[in-house]
Amino acid sequence: MEQQQTNSSGGVAEADEKLEKIQSAIQQFKMIKGALIPVLHEIQDIYGYLPESVLKVVSTELNLPMSEIYGVASFYHFFSLTPKGEHVIHVCMGTACYIKGAQTVLDRLSTELNVAVQGTTEDNKFTLEATRCLGACGLAPVMTIGEKVHGRLAPNNVPKILNEYK
Amino acid sequence: MVCGGTGCTSSDSNRIIDALNQELTNQGIQEQVEVVRTGCFGLCELGPVVIVYPEGIFYSRVEVKDIPDLVEQHLLNGKPYEKKVYEKTKLDGKILNFEETDFYKKQVRIALRNCGIIDPENINEYIASDGYKALGKVLLTMSRQQVIDTMKKSGLRGRGGGGFNTGLKWEFAAKQDKEQKYVICNADEGDPGAFMDRSILEGNPHSVIEAMAIAGFAIGSNQGFIYVRAEYPIAVQRFVKALDQAREYGLLGDNVLGTGFSFNIDVRLGAGAFVCGEETALMHSIEGHRGMPTPKPPFPAVQGLWGQPTIINNVETLANVAQIMLNGADWYASIGTEKSKGTKVFALGGKVVNTGLVEVPMGITLREVIFEIGGGIPGGKKFKAVQTGGPSGGCLTEEHLDCTIDFDTLTSLGSMMGSGGMIIMDEDTCMVDIARFYLDFTRDESCGKCTPCRIGTKRLLEMLDLITEGKATMEDLEKLENLSLQIKNASLCALGQTAPNPVLSTIKFFRDEYMAHIHDQKCPAGVCKSLISYQIDADLCKGCSLCARKCPSNAISGKVKEPFVIDTLACIKCGVCFDVCKFKAVAIV
Ligand SMILES: Cc1cc2nc3c(=O)[nH]c(=O)nc-3n(C[C@H](O)[C@H](O)[C@H](O)COP(=O)(O)O)c2cc1C
Ligand code: SF4
Ligand code: SF4
Ligand code: FES
Ligand code: FES
Repeated sequence: MEQQQTNSSGGVAEADEKLEKIQSAIQQFKMIKGALIPVLHEIQDIYGYLPESVLKVVSTELNLPMSEIYGVASFYHFFSLTPKGEHVIHVCMGTACYIKGAQTVLDRLSTELNVAVQGTTEDNKFTLEATRCLGACGLAPVMTIGEKVHGRLAPNNVPKILNEYK
Repeated sequence: MVCGGTGCTSSDSNRIIDALNQELTNQGIQEQVEVVRTGCFGLCELGPVVIVYPEGIFYSRVEVKDIPDLVEQHLLNGKPYEKKVYEKTKLDGKILNFEETDFYKKQVRIALRNCGIIDPENINEYIASDGYKALGKVLLTMSRQQVIDTMKKSGLRGRGGGGFNTGLKWEFAAKQDKEQKYVICNADEGDPGAFMDRSILEGNPHSVIEAMAIAGFAIGSNQGFIYVRAEYPIAVQRFVKALDQAREYGLLGDNVLGTGFSFNIDVRLGAGAFVCGEETALMHSIEGHRGMPTPKPPFPAVQGLWGQPTIINNVETLANVAQIMLNGADWYASIGTEKSKGTKVFALGGKVVNTGLVEVPMGITLREVIFEIGGGIPGGKKFKAVQTGGPSGGCLTEEHLDCTIDFDTLTSLGSMMGSGGMIIMDEDTCMVDIARFYLDFTRDESCGKCTPCRIGTKRLLEMLDLITEGKATMEDLEKLENLSLQIKNASLCALGQTAPNPVLSTIKFFRDEYMAHIHDQKCPAGVCKSLISYQIDADLCKGCSLCARKCPSNAISGKVKEPFVIDTLACIKCGVCFDVCKFKAVAIV
């Protein structure tokens, strides 16, 4: 569901378009009880993270204090308050993957990209994240880069896979 | 049939489908052969999986370049395309139907009945395999009480972890005299290493919709919610599509099948918090708040979503309902054991040959599942332990292999059924490290509301860290056990109450491994970084210099064609040398 947005883009027209989408989503969800989380999903879907300026719009529209919005947003791992790199790498750290060496894959990615886990590379190309079970345990160890799933990994597959995205 | 489950889709099954369609058109037989994208078939390890009916020939790891030959040999000339026929279906020169393999023979598929068999995106295929017949039967011929009685009599217990009798739960909610009631399907599937709920939603979404409507009728509710993980995009998309189809066919919405019964289902996405799988937390999350548990009672059946009576059922639980309504309570109760009726789906993972999804009758032994269905441990390694029940469960050992699998046996052994992750471990797995792994998970996922869970799991993790670093004393081990017991007693929700289970069960069954870490500062399985070091065996080293070139910290030196050496002080234990050495000269000591 998570979409990758390039950070470089962001002309005024595009920004307006995004905001319009959010506005209409808010109007649509306003009717239902418990609208906040679906709206946050929509924002994350469109922006790749939850920008403060957009959360302010949500605050006014849904009539919720910012503190409550932040409280909810920070509680859930899926939501991010900071922008991500162009490619987000999720390494599954579920049990099946862990047993089959996901930690060594994660370590290798961290070494190759020279970035800490949950961090973004200096050139904003990659964000490296450890995540919960991706539900593809049959292919363990598994990682996703954007929407693409890479399975049956070994640490020395890492450089080659990264090259595809460089 | 081409598998379109998550496993196979990620190994490119969509391209196989395109290639197949193209080739069929090229050969002019697109009318005679139908290509169907199904849900997960169970043996994801072998993906992409293609099965050709009516013969039931099972092809594994199919690639796009195989397609022309497969079409020509099998579909045009009627001879199986040997190259990709799954090894295990070949016997004495004959090719077996996949249902005769060890992997399938002992399975009884009820919840997974249609997974991998029908096209999940086509409601007509579901209807053709008796879909929505149960809903029709219930609405037209049964009373609410009859539905509940059937459920109670079938003995079905919740598959989401608790194992509470489903019919009883429905009855509690049905008895509440309130205008508005809710039915929730719990599809959060937070248990790491389990993917049965995902596979059911992807492979047979209508079975869940049908069951939710039946539950709605039984308790007197007109509104359902499904809470599904945002991390499961294919499942969400197929479920939404199935909802639209069901509405279009008048099987959902106002006045279902003209009976005056109305039922709607809304989808809510989870946002990656394990604790939201807990029912009270889940309801808070649907209400738009932080997903924190609240004490029970009041139980959701009395006071749930927005204060109204609510039943929450797991996906797999629901996937059994329509079959029970169709075939009767006695049929269902005849499968399984005295107190655990029916079947259970397990996600076999870890160090086992056939990783994948299996559905077995309760009462089967661990040995049958791991060695017969699972095909045993790969690479000639020795079985060490099996972990069931996820972060709330525990590890069982060799001596438990002949125990039967049911709710009560597993609990009495110090593990639990949980949602059905079954992770197999071999001699290369360090049990202290596994305990640390689970604690790291629960500490991270603790919602923080109650102190024993928030602080306690943190302390446990610190002690486990000390042990894996070889810095712990016997006193620490004692503290670890005591604190574990305290957290179990004092926590608010089942997350904290069960979090210490992996610690306690590994201490109980693998005490010697803890001792080795504490007394000898050794990790027998060679996993714990602080306790191992990398060395090059001079006899095996051919002096190719590959490791020295790949080592990120320049810790390896030597002359080409002579044995290389690792400077243990400079080494950061990244293991790259171990991976790259083609001569197995790098050893972990
Ligand atoms: C921390 C925690 C996480 C849970 N996660 C799930 C889950 O992911 N899926 C699920 O169906 N039940 C989960 N449960 C169990 C639910 O609270 C609840 O018992 C279950 O959904 C009831 O459905 P059932 O009776 O059909 O099993 C969890 C419980 C706890 C304490
Ligand atoms: S890769 Fe192996 S053989 Fe080559 S130098 Fe390193 S240890 Fe020796
Ligand atoms: S483990 Fe890593 S740092 Fe240590 S010697 Fe091998 S390659 Fe170098
Ligand atoms: S444990 Fe990694 S995908 Fe499930
Ligand atoms: S995803 Fe294809 S067999 Fe499981």
